[in-house]
Amino acid sequence: MMWNKEVECMAEEQLRALQLERLKQTVKRAYEKVPYYRKKFDEVGLKPEDIKTLDDIKNIPFTSKADLREVYPFGMFAASLSEIVEIHMSSGTTGKPVVAGYTRNDIEVWAEVMARCLTMAGATKEDIVQNCYGYGLFTGGFGVHYGAQKIGAMVVPASAGNTRRQIEIMRDFGSTILTCTPSYALYMAEVAQEMGVEPKTLKLKAGCFGAEMWTEQMRKEIEKRFNINALNIYGLTEIIGPGVAHECIEKKGLHVFEDHFYVEIIDPDTGDNLPDGKRGELVLTTLTREGMPMLRFRTRDITSIIREKCACGRTFAKIERIRGRTDDMIKVRGVMIFPYQIERAILEVQGIEPHYQIVVTRPQHLDEIEVMVEMSKETFSDEVKHIENLRKKLEKRIEETIGIRVKVTLVEPKSLPRSEGKAKRVVDKRTLID
Amino acid sequence: MKIKQISVFLENKRGRLYEALKALAEQEINIRALSIADTSEFGILRMIVTDPEKAKEILEKNEFTVKLTNVIAMAVKDKPGGLAEALKHLYDSNINIEYIYAFVEKSGQKAVVVLRTENLDKTISILQEKGVTLLSWDDVLAL
Repeated sequence: MMWNKEVECMAEEQLRALQLERLKQTVKRAYEKVPYYRKKFDEVGLKPEDIKTLDDIKNIPFTSKADLREVYPFGMFAASLSEIVEIHMSSGTTGKPVVAGYTRNDIEVWAEVMARCLTMAGATKEDIVQNCYGYGLFTGGFGVHYGAQKIGAMVVPASAGNTRRQIEIMRDFGSTILTCTPSYALYMAEVAQEMGVEPKTLKLKAGCFGAEMWTEQMRKEIEKRFNINALNIYGLTEIIGPGVAHECIEKKGLHVFEDHFYVEIIDPDTGDNLPDGKRGELVLTTLTREGMPMLRFRTRDITSIIREKCACGRTFAKIERIRGRTDDMIKVRGVMIFPYQIERAILEVQGIEPHYQIVVTRPQHLDEIEVMVEMSKETFSDEVKHIENLRKKLEKRIEETIGIRVKVTLVEPKSLPRSEGKAKRVVDKRTLID
Repeated sequence: MKIKQISVFLENKRGRLYEALKALAEQEINIRALSIADTSEFGILRMIVTDPEKAKEILEKNEFTVKLTNVIAMAVKDKPGGLAEALKHLYDSNINIEYIYAFVEKSGQKAVVVLRTENLDKTISILQEKGVTLLSWDDVLAL
């Protein structure tokens, strides 16, 4: 199913021409209306009219999250405040938050791309979308909401939290599409079971899950528990919110809505562009955003571009699921480790619930990693040697995956913090004053 | 002759054992025998209780990981060598013991030994053949 077949299946040549035309407009707008961009362009001696081909985008300096914080709150706006109709904001957990402003037209674009996402998951106007992304300054809730309304589906603006009520609503309303973070979906399955509601018996048929990293194994787990299609959604506050890219039913990567977003992959160290298929840092440029155009925004997300023809018929390029972050990776004894690697290893050792936490400490001079894994009812044996074997198996598998010895501690079920938003997988207790 | 034992996974965390036992006490579950296998990481609490099914339900409601396992309870003479004699039969038949714990019955005449082996059915037939007294569930409840 496609929301906008004409655009989503656009011929390559036509798409590139459209992108170039829109890029030129965006660059012009950014240069003329945002002093920050003008300064950056002037520093490298670049003029908007120098952008003659799509390839010329490489001459535009990157925009980083730090840049955005510097101009907090409204310094990146390319529209007057009277034209801005909505504001969203990143959490600001690592510093000053980033404010995103939307014009009426930006909201329309957001609804359009989100409508495409939800349609990829099979949503039609007959569907009931239970939206458990947070409503508020976070972009998730409203993004999904606008898209679902555009389709004409019935939206249940459940927001995050109050999990038992979420389950009751799902059961009583017969919600068919679920949107939330993947870890929250798994948590909901647990709570449902506790309430005596078998998740499989709910009417759900698909879910759009994102806002945090997750693995293929986690997808399988969600699909099994709810008997649904679990699809990946990608987006970020700085670009628009959810709806930058979404997985089609082929589940082989996320289609980027290239008519609105230009996608590049760079080497995070050198900033050089990497060829399609090569993994690196995702860089995005908005092509139609009025309120806050983003030129070459460094997302810090690690992925690669897949440009093979997709069986679904869409011509938009895909990105593979996010493989990690260039900044939230854990550097332990000089080795870069991403939580998803540890997660995958745990999930490979059968029967363990995907609830874990990575604790990094530096007891003396060496970093130590402890992985807390919740014991599951299925794997509990009353014999010490069986539990010890399980622990050793986990330690071995994780070591094989990341190349570093870790200590696995089995903890009681539900003893690790559950989150209704992004799961906090890493607790770094190192005080790095060397 | 199999007896239901209840096993609980305990993280080495302050108060966990107390919380488990308190939950049982509140629901009037009596513990006949108890043992804890502990490692530096975790403990396994094993108990023979008056109502294992109910105990399981209570503990699970309190978010403990619980399992019911079949074990054997045998009565041995409360005197030196009483247990060794019974175990010799298993040794002779090459049966490995997974775990074992004992308690003394109120009259003090006999010791009751709870054990789990790699092959319970075989263990039962060997012990019965050799004249070792195995307790039924009713016997255990009557202790």
